[in-house]
Amino acid sequence: MKISMTVNGKEVAREVEDRRLLVDYLRQDLGLTGTHVGCDTSQCGACVVHVDGEPVKACTMLAADAEGAQVKTIEGMAGKDGTLHAIQAAFQEHHGLQCGFCTPGMIMSAAALLKENPKPNEHEIREYLDGNICRCTGYHNIVKAIMAASGQPVAIAAE
Amino acid sequence: MYNFEFQKPGSIEDAVAALRHEDAMPLGGGQTLLPTMKARLASPTRLVSLGGIPGMKGVSSSGDTLIVKGGTTHAIVAREAGGVFPGLAQLASHIGDAAVRSRGTIGGSLANNDPAACYPAAALGTGATIKTDRREIAADEFFQGMFSTALDEGEIITEVRFPIPQAANYQKFLQPASRFAMVGVFVARFADGVRVAVTGAGNDGVFRWSEAESALSSNFSADALAGLSVSADDMIADIHGSGAYRAHLVKELTGRAVLAAS
Ligand SMILES: Cc1cc2nc3c(=O)[nH]c(=O)nc-3n(C[C@H](O)[C@H](O)[C@H](O)COP(=O)(O)OP(=O)(O)OC[C@H]3O[C@@H](n4cnc5c(N)ncnc54)[C@H](O)[C@@H]3O)c2cc1C
Ligand code: FES
Ligand code: FES
Repeated sequence: MKISMTVNGKEVAREVEDRRLLVDYLRQDLGLTGTHVGCDTSQCGACVVHVDGEPVKACTMLAADAEGAQVKTIEGMAGKDGTLHAIQAAFQEHHGLQCGFCTPGMIMSAAALLKENPKPNEHEIREYLDGNICRCTGYHNIVKAIMAASGQPVAIAAE
Repeated sequence: MYNFEFQKPGSIEDAVAALRHEDAMPLGGGQTLLPTMKARLASPTRLVSLGGIPGMKGVSSSGDTLIVKGGTTHAIVAREAGGVFPGLAQLASHIGDAAVRSRGTIGGSLANNDPAACYPAAALGTGATIKTDRREIAADEFFQGMFSTALDEGEIITEVRFPIPQAANYQKFLQPASRFAMVGVFVARFADGVRVAVTGAGNDGVFRWSEAESALSSNFSADALAGLSVSADDMIADIHGSGAYRAHLVKELTGRAVLAAS
């Protein structure tokens, strides 16, 4: 079937199989490989993108069901001139990543959190990231980065 | 996942018509159905997305009833139900994770009737009415054991009507790997009595703990539960917890819910 949507501000239309997952549509059909697949079973959050402003696991949504939607992926976060988004810059500054596999999903979830709650406390950040698994960092620096991106002091207690 | 035909009708009537097709299934948020299809535990030939029907989303209240349309996501209930029914908003805000809540719907959750799902406890714990494209079903008749409900093939949940309690609370003991409830207890206090519904624990899925209901109806305090217990033999036993462990949690969480609702 033919589907069309807006991805990172650009209108795109393609012919896809009805069963095409949004994540495969983004990665394979549009070449936007920043969105990762960590599990394909809805558990890890590496595939989180925004659909009409809300965080969604792109491995658990059909591309066809995103017809007409506004989709934003990690590739749409930095400015056109390459300037990192404040959350990306904070992840870099505070070592919020090691291998980087979970990072696109973390950043997209963090952006959704800060839209809903611009000054979250540490507990709220950890709770919001429930669905984003990181095998490397132990989460401390991710939480610090999000604190920093929200303009708050970064001292956090070990948990 | 096997291929299928995807349809996205714009009205409930068109959705019902599209579902009159062999092996057709409604698609809510897909947060249960798509993983199930990937695992090839379901292989519908046609998926009828309910996401394009304007009248299927929203939260409103009328007198002492909260009305949640069948396609309303957990995120919307968490954001919008709090004013009149904070216990339900609190429950919705702890389902899965934020991304699951953006897509998952109340209709999908109730239709699926996972033995560890949260909404069935709220529906049974308030005596809600489940409205479909063709009839109204009382929560007491709706849930018919694990993954089984009174719904017919192709029947769509269009709204859920919750009587608004004077006070209510949901206590969820998290199973951290699945993010579902290991055990969850919903306690609701009404002018004419208290209802207690338990999820995650019963061998036959969500159930009402009637002894606790009568004890709490005469004395709404955790002390009223002192001599009561549920039978470990009726509880789910799996690698995450024995029947005895779950039976203990049922009582503990009921007490906590009463305390939080007092
Ligand atoms: C990581 C993860 C964690 C989760 N944690 C929790 C949790 O803590 N608590 C919890 O309760 N749930 C949890 N869930 C399940 C989640 O709440 C699902 O959203 C819900 O169970 C199904 O809703 P859905 O709209 O996604 O339905 P779908 O997956 O689209 O459909 C599920 C079933 O319902 C049918 N259906 C869908 N909509 C309707 C309707 N309106 N009328 C009739 N039939 C319909 C479908 O045909 C299918 O059989 C979790 C899911 C995931 C992936
Ligand atoms: S790849 Fe989507 S949640 Fe893991
Ligand atoms: S940085 Fe490696 S998984 Fe998170």
